[in-house]
Amino acid sequence: MAVPVGNALFGDNYLSHAKGWKSWLFTLDHKRIGVMYLVSILASFLLGGVFALLIRMELWTPQRTIMDAQTYNQMFTLHGAAMIFLFIIPGIPAALGNFVLPLMLGAKDVAFPRLNLLSYYLWVVGALLALVSIITGAVDTGWTFYTPYSTTTNTSVISMTLGAFILGFSSIFTGINFIVSIHKLRPPSMTWFKMPLFLWGLYGTAIIQILATPVLGITLLLLIAERALGVGIFDPALGGDPVLFQHFFWFYSHPAVYIMILPAMGVISELVSTFSHRHIFGYRFIAMSSIAIAIISFLVWGHHMFVSGQSNLASLIFSILTFLVAIPSAVKVFNWVATMYKGEVELATPMLYALAFLFLFGIGGLTGLFLGALATDVHLTDTYFVVAHFHYTMFGGTAIAFFGGLFYWWPKITGRLYRETWSRVAAFLIFIGFNTTFLAQFIMGAQGMPRRYYNYLPEFAPYHRVSTIGAFLLAIGFVMAAGVLLHSLYAGAPAPANPWGAATLEWQTTSPPPHDNFKTQPSPGDPYDVDRWVFDRSAGGYVLAASAAGGGNA
Amino acid sequence: MHSAESHVAHHFPHAKAQVEAGKLGMWIFLATEILLFGGLFCAYAVYRANHPEIFVYAHHFLNKILGGINTVVLICSSFTMAWAVRAAQLSQQDKLVRLLAVTIFCGFVFLGIKYVEYEHKWKEGLLWGKRYKPVHQELTKPKDVPPPKPLPWVNPEEQSTLPPPAVPPQGLSPEVKGFSQEGVVPQNVQLFFSVYFLMTGLHGLHVVAGMVVLFWVLLRARRGQFSSAYFTPVDLAGLYWHLVDLIWIYLFPLLYLIH
Repeated sequence: MAVPVGNALFGDNYLSHAKGWKSWLFTLDHKRIGVMYLVSILASFLLGGVFALLIRMELWTPQRTIMDAQTYNQMFTLHGAAMIFLFIIPGIPAALGNFVLPLMLGAKDVAFPRLNLLSYYLWVVGALLALVSIITGAVDTGWTFYTPYSTTTNTSVISMTLGAFILGFSSIFTGINFIVSIHKLRPPSMTWFKMPLFLWGLYGTAIIQILATPVLGITLLLLIAERALGVGIFDPALGGDPVLFQHFFWFYSHPAVYIMILPAMGVISELVSTFSHRHIFGYRFIAMSSIAIAIISFLVWGHHMFVSGQSNLASLIFSILTFLVAIPSAVKVFNWVATMYKGEVELATPMLYALAFLFLFGIGGLTGLFLGALATDVHLTDTYFVVAHFHYTMFGGTAIAFFGGLFYWWPKITGRLYRETWSRVAAFLIFIGFNTTFLAQFIMGAQGMPRRYYNYLPEFAPYHRVSTIGAFLLAIGFVMAAGVLLHSLYAGAPAPANPWGAATLEWQTTSPPPHDNFKTQPSPGDPYDVDRWVFDRSAGGYVLAASAAGGGNA
Repeated sequence: MHSAESHVAHHFPHAKAQVEAGKLGMWIFLATEILLFGGLFCAYAVYRANHPEIFVYAHHFLNKILGGINTVVLICSSFTMAWAVRAAQLSQQDKLVRLLAVTIFCGFVFLGIKYVEYEHKWKEGLLWGKRYKPVHQELTKPKDVPPPKPLPWVNPEEQSTLPPPAVPPQGLSPEVKGFSQEGVVPQNVQLFFSVYFLMTGLHGLHVVAGMVVLFWVLLRARRGQFSSAYFTPVDLAGLYWHLVDLIWIYLFPLLYLIH
């Protein structure tokens, strides 16, 4: 079997396959759509990050620092909305997943390439509507759009919710595409339990995207109808029930946090196995725990509403169900650690992100138990403890895994290697900056600092200052990471086909891959049989053990 | 003539895989549509369970005859649609085009009748939420309302030990009192019309979307693009149309036939 080992940067690849801006804007190639998503999503991350820094600067002093209260309310709303709807939810599936999923299947494309492009443009339209809302007076409701405030505030709620509605469609179409691709484009020899775990993660994600997002869609439509027409479904003055909005909203938005974390866990499964140079431990447990998380995710939304006035019995049941999530999550963590045990752990940049994920997600998960328990939650509701908790899971979990995945697949996407030393320094800075920012928030939250407040009691000032300093450290880390990646684009060494020694199929084609993904159809085997791959100095990367003696380009 | 293989995209191994992928994709999409309506059905269930008196009272203002005719019209259109798929499978081009045209015509009839109903509600001021301003006050006291049975779970003998609130929370009707008194107009009737307009409105939009899709299929059928070798678009559009029909079959009894 001829497995290409070389670099195709200067030969035929998907980047050089067609020229001109039209070849990008109208492309049906999943790899190019993935790259367009990647650029757009990183731009949103930058935007959301700038909002975050402005928030942290404002909180440097207990009184007004740089902006008035109304602007501050808009800033944290935009930070949340941009980060969640534009960055975290589509981040791993739409950008990395789009690029990697067909490659991992050994397929030429996703099942519905035109739908894939449509979902990208829907994302763009949704993002533009969000931008329109920023220009026309922003939104100050928080990203949750709780009624009745969201139906009475005079900020531009309609354009923002319409944007989120359209982003939901984009998400649904990606989900349909992924499910059908995994069902119908999987080669016959790749059985369900021979699939890479990243695909299991994406599959679980797609199920949630399909089952939960339509409910957000109707919720946002109702909110728009409420504002535009006054239908009164959520308006107590007209007989409606504002708590129903919370139920609807969290019926989507709690599963949505698993839309965020499941693909991240898939990325981590790939990283841990590859950089421990060891077969993944407990494959079936990791695979099935993704599905278990997807199922449980639909049964726990009420834990966002312990103080909303829902019945005590409902709260009790939601609390118990919430604890159940810890089981499949811990199954994954233990299996990752067991994979590393007695492996040859290589501290390459993606692995540093994976280790950071284990540490940060561990803290995020454990602090979730305090919030899932009814008695402590009443004390901690709407404090910075909650803010710190969900940043540890969303940022420390999903965003860190996204960047781990980005550094992992970067050589495949661009055909270039980046400078390891500087990217490791950047990863380290991000880790330190993150913990500085959010550990301080755990402490002040437990002491009673409420979230979303513009002014605060002076005794909280030291914690806020530590947190702000951490945020800037974090920003420096990301600027450095961006610098490393941009530098590699024009000065990076050409990447070999398999720089890390991974056994999944995307590494069995050239870097970057050709337009049709594979010159010779790969034959899928065990995706974690990393022992068959040995480092070959002449190729600069890993080659199949059998062809190592021959070396060179195939 | 088209050969079957010319429709197969490059990334599918063979035509069968493409057909299966299309069908699976469509079924998943239909599931998302059901969940979209699911939110409204859920709102319906919550409000009907909490305020049955509103639903019992207000549904008398809906025209059962027109609603029933519309149900028949949609069922007929589903029949012609299914027949159209069969015609495509048998490569009967002319029949396919005619049946699609009849299906679309049924869509127009449905929307026309819906328009008549909406216009009537508009004139009577029986609209949603804050637009609810009934024109005829006598209409608000219908005579043919049978006295509703008391709620099975409310025992009039049983007295709560909790002191009654000084002011009932706005939005909650004083349910047991208003419910058991004959001829009393319940509070918050507008809630029913909000639910009615939201559900039928969203359904109407789906009918329009379905008609657009069917029209596109019709144009392609006129060009002779479908045959026993390739009829996936007819098939998938048919699935969508059946779903739109099915949702109405649930909406009609839930909104028009309340007892």
